Amino acid sequence: MTATTSEPGLRPVQKSRYKRRSKGRGNFEMWSWVFMRGSGVLLLFLVFGHLFVNLMLGQGIHAIDFAFVAGKWSNPFWQVWDMLMLWLAELHGFNGVRTIINDYTEKDSTRWVLKTLLVVSALVVLVLGTLVIFTFDPCVDPGSTLSQCK
Amino acid sequence: MWSWVAHRISGVLIFLFLFAHVLDTALVRVSPDAYNSIMDTYKNPVVGLGETGLVAAVTFHALNGLRVVAVDFWSKGPRHQRQMFWAVVIGFVVLFAPFAIRHLSIVFSH
Ligand code: HEM
Ligand code: HEM
Repeated sequence: MTATTSEPGLRPVQKSRYKRRSKGRGNFEMWSWVFMRGSGVLLLFLVFGHLFVNLMLGQGIHAIDFAFVAGKWSNPFWQVWDMLMLWLAELHGFNGVRTIINDYTEKDSTRWVLKTLLVVSALVVLVLGTLVIFTFDPCVDPGSTLSQCK
Repeated sequence: MWSWVAHRISGVLIFLFLFAHVLDTALVRVSPDAYNSIMDTYKNPVVGLGETGLVAAVTFHALNGLRVVAVDFWSKGPRHQRQMFWAVVIGFVVLFAPFAIRHLSIVFSH
C-alpha cells in the first residue's frame, strides 16, 4: 500500500526516504509469506495422512520394515504423495529456519555460516530424498519373497 | 506470544527430524538389511516416546499454523484470536490423546 492520504484533517504522509524493501529482491519476502501459508495447509493433509497410515493402521510402528516401504512405493500414489510431502516440508522448513536465522544472528559471518549449512542440508535432503523415491527397487534382493517380486 | 515461541520451537524440531528421517529412509537404497537393522534399533520404548513427542510437536504446529492462517486471511480472524487459541488447545487434545493411547500401547506391547 502506498502511504498517501488526502482525508480531511489528516496531514498527507510525507514521502519517506526510508525504503522498506531492500534493493533487487522484488516481492520475494511477500511470496515466501504466501508460500508458508499455502504449503502449511497442504502439509496438514500430507503429514497427518503419513502419520496415520504409518503409525495407526494395522500393527503401527511394528510393521515398518523394508517390505512395508516396498508395499507403499510400488504404488505411484504413495510415490507422488511422498515426493510432494518431501518438497513442501523441506522448503517450508527451509524458509522458516531462514527467517529464524535472520532474527537471531547479529554477526554477518555467523549468519553466512548458518545459511550455508542450511542451503547445503536442504540440497542434500531434496536430491537424495527424490532419488530414493524414484530409483527404489522393491526386488533388489534376488531371493525376495515379496508379492510384487514374483 | 507463547504460542509463537512454541510454534518456532516445534517447527525447528520437525525440520531437524526431517533431515535425519530422509537419511535413514535412504537406507532402503543401500540394502533391505541395512534399512531393517536400523528400523529394529528404533523399536524400543525410548524411541517410542520420542515418536510420541514428535507427533505432539507436529499436531501443535499444524493446528497453530492453521490459526495463523485464519488470523491473516479471514476478515474476522484477528478478532477471534483468543477463541481460536482455545480451539487449537481442544483440537490438540482431541487428536493427540487417542493417538498417544494407541501408539504407546503398540510401543509397550510385544
Ligand atoms: C514417527 C513418525 C514417522 C514415521 C514412523 C515415519 C515413517 C516413514 C516411512 C516408513 C517412510 C518410507 C515411505 C513411506 O512409508 O511412505 C517415510 C518416508 C517419508 N517421511 Fe516419514 N515417518 C514419520 C514422520 C514423518 C514426518 C513428521 C514427516 C514430515 C515432516 C515425514 C516425512 C517423510 C518424507 C518426506 C518421506 C519420504 C522420504 C524420501 O524421500 O526418501 N515423516 N516415513
Ligand atoms: C503440518 C502442517 C503445517 C502447517 C499448517 C504449518 C504452518 C505454518 C505457518 C502458517 C507458518 C508461518 C508462521 C508465521 O509466519 O508466523 C509456519 C512456520 C514454520 N514452520 Fe510450519 N507448518 C506445518 C508443517 C511444518 C513442517 C513439516 C515443518 C518442518 C519441516 C515446519 C517448520 C516451520 C518453521 C521452522 C517455521 C518458522 C517459524 C517462525 O518463523 O517462527 N512446519 N508453519
